[in-house]
Amino acid sequence: MSAILILEQVLNGIQFGVMLFLMAAGLTLIFGVMGLINLAHGSLYMVGAFAAAAVAGATGSFLLALIAALAAAALAGAVIEMVVIRRLYASAHLDQVLATFALILVFSEGTRWVFGSFPLFLDIPDVLAGPVTLPGGIEYPLYRLTLIAIGLAIAAGLWWLIERTRIGIQIRAGENDREMIAALGVDISRLYTLIFALGAALAGLAGALVGAIQSVQVGMGEPVLILAFVVIVIGGIGSIKGAFIGAILVGLTDTLGGVFLPPLFKLFMEPSAATQTGSALSSMLIYLLMSLVLIWRPTGLFGARA
Amino acid sequence: MSDPVLQTFGLSKSFAALVATDDVSIDLRPSEIHAIIGPNGAGKSTLIKQITGELRSDSGHVELLGQGVDRLSVPERARLGLGRTFQISQLAMEDTVIENAMLGAIGASGRVWRLWQPVLSADEIRERALEALTRVGLGDHVHTTCAALSHGQRRQLEVAVALTLAPKAFIMDEPMAGLGLEGSKQLVTLLDGLRTEAPILLVEHDMDAVFALADRISVLVYGRILATGTVAEIRANPDVRKAYLGEVA
Amino acid sequence: MISERYLNALVLLAFLAIPVWAILADEPFTITLATRAAILALAAVGLNIALGIGGLVSLGHAVFFGIGGYAMGILAFHAQTYTPLELGGLSLAGTKSMPVVWVVAMITSALAALGIGVLSLRTTGVYFIMITLAFGQMFFYFAISWSAYGGEDGLSIYVRNEFPGINTLVPIQFFGVCFVILCIALYLNARLAASPFGLALNASRQVPARVEAVGLNPTRIKLLAFVISGALTGLAGALFADLNRFVSPTMFSWQLSGELIVLVILGGVGRLMGPVVGAALFVVLEHWLGGLTEFWHIFLGAILLVIVLFARGGVVGLLTGKEGAHV
Repeated sequence: MSAILILEQVLNGIQFGVMLFLMAAGLTLIFGVMGLINLAHGSLYMVGAFAAAAVAGATGSFLLALIAALAAAALAGAVIEMVVIRRLYASAHLDQVLATFALILVFSEGTRWVFGSFPLFLDIPDVLAGPVTLPGGIEYPLYRLTLIAIGLAIAAGLWWLIERTRIGIQIRAGENDREMIAALGVDISRLYTLIFALGAALAGLAGALVGAIQSVQVGMGEPVLILAFVVIVIGGIGSIKGAFIGAILVGLTDTLGGVFLPPLFKLFMEPSAATQTGSALSSMLIYLLMSLVLIWRPTGLFGARA
Repeated sequence: MSDPVLQTFGLSKSFAALVATDDVSIDLRPSEIHAIIGPNGAGKSTLIKQITGELRSDSGHVELLGQGVDRLSVPERARLGLGRTFQISQLAMEDTVIENAMLGAIGASGRVWRLWQPVLSADEIRERALEALTRVGLGDHVHTTCAALSHGQRRQLEVAVALTLAPKAFIMDEPMAGLGLEGSKQLVTLLDGLRTEAPILLVEHDMDAVFALADRISVLVYGRILATGTVAEIRANPDVRKAYLGEVA
Repeated sequence: MISERYLNALVLLAFLAIPVWAILADEPFTITLATRAAILALAAVGLNIALGIGGLVSLGHAVFFGIGGYAMGILAFHAQTYTPLELGGLSLAGTKSMPVVWVVAMITSALAALGIGVLSLRTTGVYFIMITLAFGQMFFYFAISWSAYGGEDGLSIYVRNEFPGINTLVPIQFFGVCFVILCIALYLNARLAASPFGLALNASRQVPARVEAVGLNPTRIKLLAFVISGALTGLAGALFADLNRFVSPTMFSWQLSGELIVLVILGGVGRLMGPVVGAALFVVLEHWLGGLTEFWHIFLGAILLVIVLFARGGVVGLLTGKEGAHV
């Protein structure tokens, strides 16, 4: 197995990881600030992907498609926050789970109604198509490299937003003490809508970006949502830093496990059994990682200790 | 003097930069009520949690009946004989009064793994719960839902649950909290009669109750024991008057 | 308002009356629907023990449903192909006997619940929800990649398993089997809820600090409840597989976990008959709305939102004037 292959897979893992981070960041912010578990976050990912596919299909512009994804997901997020979600902040987790599960049903079936059951395709823009040669002679798809760059840029932007801006101060205050922030004269319901829309926009962007390498279809959001849950369980709920590190860990573990476990098992098993065991085990690897983190630190790597 | 039932040696606990308790050594002797008083934030609740095991101490240790309990969990310490009441009532609000009391009896009997026998037909458990309820004056409300009780009745039920455990030592965290004059009086009478069964470590803000009940008082200020003594000694102690009683009076 | 006891009896009678009517009216499909409702009700009764009494919001109960299903599928697969089941050096024969399948389904799902429970109960609240969901997904992907038993395509079983003295191929007889099991499970549930254990479990949901203070360990109490819950849901999975004569990874899907919670809430969380009413209502809605529009899930979603936001006690709560348990 060559070093080039390994490096390529590491890049794939990081690319997967930063896209997971876009999902996980919104989830963990929404939980950290508003105390809400949002299952419908995957629906916002899907909304972004469909909006992008529809706009790209109509205009041919990938940039417009991305803007549409951000706008549509943010809008959808703001609307559900104002109509449904804000009634749930004080509710039990069970109610939050159910109501947001109900939202998934409405979003998924609604999308199927409008767009049908067949997957849509979103093409990679021409300027980003094809491979680039990296130092060391590795050929790597430019688009995936761009995803990594976008993901890292957004991570840096979020860090700046939360650590260095006025709204970030309000967000951090909201995590600690809701009453205090209300006493400071901040319009808390506006702030909540804003945070929710921001999380939604990130999810929608991720949906659009990933939609160009996979297909755009109903139900695409939930597997990613559950992985994002694994990410924030590992990273610690409410922590953006934890979400980032958790996302990269999960991205790398999943990608590298899928590539390297089957050949690893071939070293001491017969090939067909090794392929089967290896692929079965690699599909479970991130959950094993999650279990280990839980045994070690039940509130995640960067979560507040109980 | 007989050996203390409960004793702490140099208990300390800090939360980040905040020192909650600092080198607290107290003891609880048979048949006494030992009151812990002190201003808000003096570390009283922290001390209680260190004794019951809800908080791990940074240093120091706790002995119950001469046995070190530092490594034991909350339920293990309870089974050894710590009967605790909570400052904010910890009652199953959806359940009835007797169900709340039976929970204590189940804990005391260790018969929680019975999945088949209806709990109301378990005579021993039911009797024990009823007896405790009668003693605190809730005998007429056994089938009332806890949520429908008055605040005073909930405070009584708190004590009843601890009673069902037949503990070796009571740890009571502000049992009078939120009670009116009449309610406090009733509870004072009740606690007064309990000390012969098991001594009481009593954290309380209600000074009338403390002076009426306590055999000894310890004053906790900024996490440290300022003084320990009889009611008369504490009343006369100039440090205490300055640091604490002066503010109240 | 109706007394809950009266309502419970009414529900069971109606459940029995419908298939009997279906025989007289020669509507065999209705019997199949009733059987489906009884099996889903059983799964939800299992979940209700963890969720309703113990307050454990498990979003991964499909794991146990799936394990029960695969226990049936694997045993029947080896029986119908006459191949032995190799298990760590042991060579076992498959079986078509329902009672054996049930026992295996319950034991394996109880073991899975033990493992998942030990890990998940290290946490509480929203972590617990996410972790159970994640474990569900782990089993789902495992089933997909496990090609020996059909992988993504699942396993078909040609003939329904056998129960001594009963012709399980006759719909009403198979319904009878499922209905009796449901009644036994309900009886067990009622006994459990009234026992010292049930009382302690109920208190562990409401005031864990108090439970510890009386010398009990709420985590262990919840763990046993989770195991019992998993075993019952696993049994339902085995019956469900027998009803369809088919198992596939979708039995492990997170949607199914979500739907099981929906059944419990629809009927009334923590109420004995909540899951039964919820399952019956769900099957009726599915059949009726599903007949009206392909997109019936939109309406299910809307109904759910209304229940969550405005009718916390579910249907049983509405009819008896009691709120649901607070989870």
